[in-house]
Amino acid sequence: MGEVKLHGFWASPFSHRVIWALKLKGVEYEYMEEDLSNKSQLLLQYNPAHKKIPVLVHRNKPVAESLVILEYIEETWPENPLLPLDACDRAMARFWINFGEQKGPVFFNLFRTTGEAQEKTGEEVAQILKTIEEKALGDNNFFGGNTLGLVDLSFGWLPHWFEVTEQVQGTKLLDPTTLPRLHAWAQNFKQVPVIRDNLPDPQKLSAHLKRLRGNLLKN
Amino acid sequence: MEEVKLLGTWSSPFSYRVLWALELKGIPYQYTEEDLYNKSPFLVKCNPVHKKIPVLVHGGKPICESMVILEYLDGPWPHNPLLPSDPYERAVARFWAKFADDKGTVIWTMFRSTGEEQKEAVKGSLEMLRTIEDLALGDKKFFGGERIGMVDLAFGALAHWLGVFEEIVGIRLLEPESFPRLHKWTKNFKEEPAIKENLPDKDKMLSNFRCLREKLLASP
Repeated sequence: MGEVKLHGFWASPFSHRVIWALKLKGVEYEYMEEDLSNKSQLLLQYNPAHKKIPVLVHRNKPVAESLVILEYIEETWPENPLLPLDACDRAMARFWINFGEQKGPVFFNLFRTTGEAQEKTGEEVAQILKTIEEKALGDNNFFGGNTLGLVDLSFGWLPHWFEVTEQVQGTKLLDPTTLPRLHAWAQNFKQVPVIRDNLPDPQKLSAHLKRLRGNLLKN
Repeated sequence: MEEVKLLGTWSSPFSYRVLWALELKGIPYQYTEEDLYNKSPFLVKCNPVHKKIPVLVHGGKPICESMVILEYLDGPWPHNPLLPSDPYERAVARFWAKFADDKGTVIWTMFRSTGEEQKEAVKGSLEMLRTIEDLALGDKKFFGGERIGMVDLAFGALAHWLGVFEEIVGIRLLEPESFPRLHKWTKNFKEEPAIKENLPDKDKMLSNFRCLREKLLASP
């Protein structure tokens, strides 16, 4: 199917979305770790608009933006489909992926604030998580139904990353008592072999996020 | 074919993205104008999560978020496709459609602010236009190539709404000398019959958005 390369960053959940999709589809690829403080010429050439990872390069053509890459992977390697076949169900899946994207900045706000400001944002985050649990997940095992789909991958930062971030930022929002189904989904997600075997080391991630948060709070 | 309804508002570029798509594909639809200060129970039922327009209702099933709706339309109505057929070209189109959504808000920030915040937003807006001019459009007539596609619709606000905002705040961003390709694109885009015949009245927009800006600046 042609050579596949992925430019990524070990701590990035966006990078991991792509790794998971490639592995779920059994696509062989070469991984290039980028130093975000010293981005490679190739990366700048492949993504001149944003200069960000991840970038997937297939047959020498670059695709940037993790969610765009996921759709590309789904269309190029249709085996083990990660989106529903029905057009309406696909629209629903894309709606929730879009929802996650729109709400990202609120979670980031939680990360870069303290005290009252963080508490206020925490209330907003709690509402968002409740909406995801009640309206997006419902009684399903996964957002995709019985198996993983693109919506699960797009929310893949909630398990592991958000859990580690909560320890760093001193919050306890993804809680089994207040969000039993979402919490259960997070644990199930991390048990899926492709996910379980492709997660950044939690200690290394924690140290990295502590450093990041420290810098953000200073400025 | 099952019934198609569109819930929208006359002044929203997001609403128009969908309207233009329906017109370009020749899909018959019933349009309902929503009052955003007094949302209909039907809108709230169709979009309980955001309670926003546009909403497309196809055969009784609601689809929300303008770009999700555009992605949906090629399925049941494949003629005059909004996206190319090649997966790589589709990825490029989706990249720029996402860019339009992610970066487009800086123009709204320019419109609703003053002072330092507005200065920063102007800077951001010019950077965004530079990126589109240099990297997205190239020498094509439309972002979609010879025909209007999803990316053109995603950038539609630049062709009509930006001019209105520029006039109200008194700042010119899309100068033809600085952005010749993009400027030409706005002309080509608005000349397409499906677009030309479906644009909100400019004077009505000026009056409406002027009022809105005053309200936004007055509130904390």
